[in-house]
Amino acid sequence: MHPILAFLAFWKVLFGGKKVLALPEGEKIEPKVVERVVEKVTEKVIEKPAPKANTAANHREGALALLALLQREGRFVDFISEQIDGAEDADIGAAVRAVHRGCKKVFDQILSLEPVMPGEEETKVSVPKGFDPAEIRLIGEAKGDAPYKGTLRHHGWRAVETKLPSLAEGVDRTVIAPAEVELSA
Amino acid sequence: MSRVLGIDLGTTNSALATARDDQAPVAQPIAQVVGPGEIAERPTLPSFLLLPSENEVPPSHLQLPWSGPMRYAVGTFARDRGAELPHRLVASAKSWLCNPAIDRTAQVLPFRGAQRELDEAMQGGERVSPVNASARYLAHLRAAWDDANPDEPADEQEVLVTVPASFDPVARELTVVAAREAGFDKVTLLEEPQAAFYAYLAARGEAWRKDLSPGDVVLVCDLGGGTTDFSLIEVRDDGGNLTLERIAVGDHILLGGDNMDLALAALAQRGIDKQLDALQQRALVYAARSAKEALLSDAPPASVPISILARGSKLVGGTIKTKLEREAAEALLVDGFFPKVAAGAKAERRRSIGLKELGLPYAHDPAITRHLAEFLGRFDRMPTAVLFNGGVMKAKKLQDRIVELLRTWAGRDVTVLAGADLDLAVALGAAYYGQARRGKGIRIRGGTARAYYIGIESAMPAIPGFAPPVKALCVAPQGLEEGSTVELPDDELGVVVGETSTFRFFAAATRADDTAGTLVDADAAGIAELDPVEKLVEVEGDRKSGDLVPVRLEAHITEVGTLELWCVARDGHGRWKLEYSVRERDA
Repeated sequence: MHPILAFLAFWKVLFGGKKVLALPEGEKIEPKVVERVVEKVTEKVIEKPAPKANTAANHREGALALLALLQREGRFVDFISEQIDGAEDADIGAAVRAVHRGCKKVFDQILSLEPVMPGEEETKVSVPKGFDPAEIRLIGEAKGDAPYKGTLRHHGWRAVETKLPSLAEGVDRTVIAPAEVELSA
Repeated sequence: MSRVLGIDLGTTNSALATARDDQAPVAQPIAQVVGPGEIAERPTLPSFLLLPSENEVPPSHLQLPWSGPMRYAVGTFARDRGAELPHRLVASAKSWLCNPAIDRTAQVLPFRGAQRELDEAMQGGERVSPVNASARYLAHLRAAWDDANPDEPADEQEVLVTVPASFDPVARELTVVAAREAGFDKVTLLEEPQAAFYAYLAARGEAWRKDLSPGDVVLVCDLGGGTTDFSLIEVRDDGGNLTLERIAVGDHILLGGDNMDLALAALAQRGIDKQLDALQQRALVYAARSAKEALLSDAPPASVPISILARGSKLVGGTIKTKLEREAAEALLVDGFFPKVAAGAKAERRRSIGLKELGLPYAHDPAITRHLAEFLGRFDRMPTAVLFNGGVMKAKKLQDRIVELLRTWAGRDVTVLAGADLDLAVALGAAYYGQARRGKGIRIRGGTARAYYIGIESAMPAIPGFAPPVKALCVAPQGLEEGSTVELPDDELGVVVGETSTFRFFAAATRADDTAGTLVDADAAGIAELDPVEKLVEVEGDRKSGDLVPVRLEAHITEVGTLELWCVARDGHGRWKLEYSVRERDA
């Protein structure tokens, strides 16, 4: 093969069908190359499947991936799936300490939370005029127009920032936790 | 104007920071594989390389936003999954990069050593060189940067890569080679403790001139996960202006926070009567690390509970419980790793045994304070201020112990300089240095930390069984600045055409008075041998095989920060760069 052709073929193998698909039509693609780097890296790269449209299936994937993450770091799925009715509180407590530590780590990485309504719970608050009923849930009968007086029972939670991991294509997300087999010598 | 990228290529964690124009440097989070098929940003990139078989990790689990499925991974997932696949995991590549006991360009990692069974476990799997592993970390940083900043590709920016101050010329050269392999065609090297100091300057702004005055000597005490490095920086008065000069660097000590976590995990394990498997062991080390931070904080609890979950899907009832008491942990960590020692103490060294396994030269003496006392004693300087760096030094108790000892040794007060984020300071400082080079801040002077020597055999009658005594000719004195060249006075040196001429090569950190051309005994105090340098001069033109070409030596510190040695033919016909030999040599 002519050297130039060989070179072009190389680029095609490396970059065909990748980044290209994520960019608008007609935009010029400068190949970006981590791969140019490393000894014999070319053979490590396999074609990436085309990204799918953003569908309900993607939401399902995301939910399953979150469970996988909580399971991996905090054994969340194990814990919730376990029958704890007959167990001693001390044994549950010991497990919860580790589950909490792992799940908290996930929360700290992916979420930053703040109360929807600042202020101490169980104190008197005022619900202002023009409030958003999706943010503040009124309990009991509201008389007339806002502002309303009441007691803050729960301050609510708002996700101020989410940093969810992005998900690679071609991974079966229904496997929340793989089976683990320790090989015998 | 282009940006500056500061890269901290660390032993256990790497980091990336950027600076533009007059703005303060900021850290750049690094996208990486954090779980199977999960990509997220993290403040640092764990310097681990996992080279699994397809049965161990499917390639689809390792793909990145900018790649297809991959056969290897670096970063968080590589480290975490690698704990279960130690035979596929490359760790501490940087320490291998400065280990002269192995050929550093050969594919030796994951290191097999005397563990023959690993050979079988590899089943012909991939191995890489320390250079290539470092290149992959750098390549990942570059690709992650490019993905986040598509309009400002990394290779068009000014790139600074930090190296330990103790790195020998070969390790520096190999770092540049790794950067080139990663697609950074032009990088500049910077010593890590200096970078940490620049981060302090960046964080303090002009106020540093109030912290320090002429005559002050700052100890940069850098404790990373796997390594410890000390440097001294002196504040001088140059015609009314404050200047900074790096006056001493210590050895590369393979001892750090990971050793403390392992020691604390071992302490916790004494309270557990069950056998832990690899994953539980890792969970225990993680738990020990967070316990360490709590127990060494300003207001430590009396004890920290540790619980390790059972391996199966049933958790309740199978959880292993223990706790770490503050007193025991303090005794182990503070007194074990930072004992109160006298000024002038020396670190213990293991006597070498006949058959030595080629591995990393881990420090034998875990007492960091003894290493510190030895370092200060060797240069006979006591610091007036200290700047801490590295994640370990977040622990207030450890800082306090070091400060207490420094005060005792010096017999006067020692100021603690408030630095930047201890995990990211080196990367931030490297970015700041890039700005300083453009004239936007003060620079630390220092030049080369060591003097370098070429071995010259004395002319004397051959006596069977006796090697002729070797003299060391100083070719590059300490303190050479980047871009400078030293020509050596003529000496009777020659290279043989058609043969590889090999020169023994030495370095000294404590011989500041030797100048170019100084001839000393090769076994004089402070002189240590490095890998040899060599050159094959080709048969060419009038030169016939076996001819002796008289040459003189020239040393050149490149703008990049590497040392080049040249042989220049005295007749003016030809000049040859001596190459560093990285071949395995007999220990």
